Amino acid sequence: MQGYLDSLIAAGWFSALPVQVVYAGGMLLAGAVVLFVFILLVAGFTTFVERRIWARIHSRVGPNRVGPQGVLQWLADGLKLFMKEDLIPAAADRKLFRMAPYVVLMGFVATFAVIPFSSRLVIAEMDIGLLFVLTVTSLVVVGILMAGWASNNKWSLIGGIRGAAQIVSYEIPAGLSILPVVLLAGTLNMQELIRQQGWAPWDWTLFANPFAFVAFFLFFTAALAEGNRTPFDLPEAETELVAGFVTEYSGVRYLMFFLVEWGNLYVIGALVTTMFLGGWNIPPVTDSVFLQTLLEFLTFFFKAYFWVFVAIWIRGTLPRVRVDQLMSVCWKYLVPIAFVNAIATALWIIAFPHGNRVVAFVMTGIGAALVALFFSRVAFHLRRSRVRARNQFTLSPFA
Amino acid sequence: MGLQEYDIEVERDGLDTEEMTLNMGPQHPSTHGVLRFVVKADGEVMRKATPDVGYLHRSIEKIAEKVGYHGFMPYTDRVDYVAAMFCNQSWAMACERLAAIEVPVRGEYCRVVAAELNRISSHLLSAASMTLDIGAATPFFHAFREREKINDLLEELCGARLTYNYMRIGGVAWDLPPGFVEQTRAFLDDFEPALAEFHDLISGNKIYVERIAGVAPTSAARAVAYNLVGPNLRASGVDFDVRRDIPYSIYPQLKFAVPVGRGEVGTIGDCFDRYIVRMREIEQSVSLVRQCLEQMEPGPVLAKVPRKFRPPVGEVYVRVESARGDMGWYVVSDGSEFPVRCKIRTGSFAAMSMIEELSRGLMLADLVAVIASLDIVAPEVDR
Repeated sequence: MQGYLDSLIAAGWFSALPVQVVYAGGMLLAGAVVLFVFILLVAGFTTFVERRIWARIHSRVGPNRVGPQGVLQWLADGLKLFMKEDLIPAAADRKLFRMAPYVVLMGFVATFAVIPFSSRLVIAEMDIGLLFVLTVTSLVVVGILMAGWASNNKWSLIGGIRGAAQIVSYEIPAGLSILPVVLLAGTLNMQELIRQQGWAPWDWTLFANPFAFVAFFLFFTAALAEGNRTPFDLPEAETELVAGFVTEYSGVRYLMFFLVEWGNLYVIGALVTTMFLGGWNIPPVTDSVFLQTLLEFLTFFFKAYFWVFVAIWIRGTLPRVRVDQLMSVCWKYLVPIAFVNAIATALWIIAFPHGNRVVAFVMTGIGAALVALFFSRVAFHLRRSRVRARNQFTLSPFA
Repeated sequence: MGLQEYDIEVERDGLDTEEMTLNMGPQHPSTHGVLRFVVKADGEVMRKATPDVGYLHRSIEKIAEKVGYHGFMPYTDRVDYVAAMFCNQSWAMACERLAAIEVPVRGEYCRVVAAELNRISSHLLSAASMTLDIGAATPFFHAFREREKINDLLEELCGARLTYNYMRIGGVAWDLPPGFVEQTRAFLDDFEPALAEFHDLISGNKIYVERIAGVAPTSAARAVAYNLVGPNLRASGVDFDVRRDIPYSIYPQLKFAVPVGRGEVGTIGDCFDRYIVRMREIEQSVSLVRQCLEQMEPGPVLAKVPRKFRPPVGEVYVRVESARGDMGWYVVSDGSEFPVRCKIRTGSFAAMSMIEELSRGLMLADLVAVIASLDIVAPEVDR
């Protein structure tokens, strides 16, 4: 980003303005573009994708009326929520109640400042990138607690407190499982993390050594918990707490909470892709900067979006854990494993200061074998369900 | 319930903490209709959950005294609308026993086919809503997909999908429609693998088992003391089934096992046992329906019963193994066209009274699992 602005200034643009103003303006413009063109679109579209995938898992059809195959459903939902009356309960703390969605939204949107889109597209290439993400996502806790408290509703309060306890707890295994990656790369800079990996799977941090492999699963689990996703969706457990901390919200404020929830899925995917899966790395296939950037963007986007799909899939499969089980999973299992993992990574670095290609190839092989095993299971189940589909029994005239 | 019940207790040792009084229901997503619990909670842990019944009271027993014996049949559907066939059957049986009417054999077979199909659908609903309450939405939809087919079948049979009004005093309203036997067999062939798939999906799921194994166990003695019936009683290890032990209809001619809770993954009588006993009863019901379809022979389905039905003076108590257990109907006749008194004894009411004891010291999320595992259906509690 800074590079573009520097070249523009050198070319004699904005000569009347101080450099700092140009930088600030450029950042704001890029932020606005990312927010309105990318985040809104991705978060909104993800709600549609989630509903359709979920419906297929449930053996339903899902929304298919608005636009071709229902692709505009998310717009219709958003519009409806915009036009709804924005209720604030009489006994609520009005100021906090209004602030909470903005705080949550802020914590979420700020992460996009450092999340890269391609080798050239990133709002701010900060040296503290990963640390920044961990920090701003903590803001979400404050917003959730605020929403729970300000609603003056006991279900909201329980939801808010559950959310706070959960997110604060799971930040520890998340942080600890980032450590191996940081140790291996020696940097917190998101772009640098990606640059150190290659396009091929055996160059990814995921397969660099066994500990990074473990760290990946630890991080993904902890990130699901931080994003309040099933099986850790306790703060808004609809069958226990009505709707948790969003019980009293309606209209646009409700929309903001949901934007964050679905947008967060992409953030989880983007972080995983950045740290473990080689980010936007592709072999140089074309001389055109534009085309290369586009390909890198698509690579990164689809890698990240795959994990959105996995999260949706998990939501379609697993029930919800109980609050004490949630805590024991975190403190009795994830935290110790992450600790041992981080120390073991340090020892690994002492043993192999320049990495070990053989281990990387072996790990990649194991990964490929796991994927193959998985797909053979999927094929088995598909075959079985096709057998079922043949003698499907129905009396319904609509079937 | 007096006002003093709602008072907040304050612990005086050390830091003062207040108990939170939570109102769970009547508009709460997992109270299965309009139930209400006054929950006293210390954070996530419940001190106790007091059930508050009566939101769905419709004076069904009083209506029986006003509409006459034939006219009351559609009202029985509303006693337990999830398993209406059993209410139909028990009302018909009570009237038949009062007037000593013999039901044609084919009529009895039709009743059992309808009732067992209804038991499958009721247990599917119970298991489905239980998984949903634990937080898994997919098994819920899969179970409802199968239940929908049973609704289709019963619609073929009697024109209604929920409140069937299928049975009559002296038999059933209609014989099986043409093609029903083949359709039912086709459904059962399709349903058995679907049930296996349901077990694959959720019954062995680690999170699901952890959530319900060992939660709120009822010992056999407590279950009997609280008058639990049906699957709830059997889950506690008490081997009692009205169909086998106080036989009625054609059940003595059918072979079926009575699944009993064994505490496979936790304690005997915990939420998992109540769940798995229901799932096994579904398998038994499938076999019962198959046997009935095999054994059925052509014949009349409805005995001759006068339109002005005046049973002789007397009283009768019939028991039927409903989907929610031993359902008892006490009917007193004074020889007129209207019963003098009708009292219905249902399983959910007894189960409801046990929740206060079961809920002590559990987590808030467990209460939802306990309500679901006891299979409480609100209309049956209040009538």
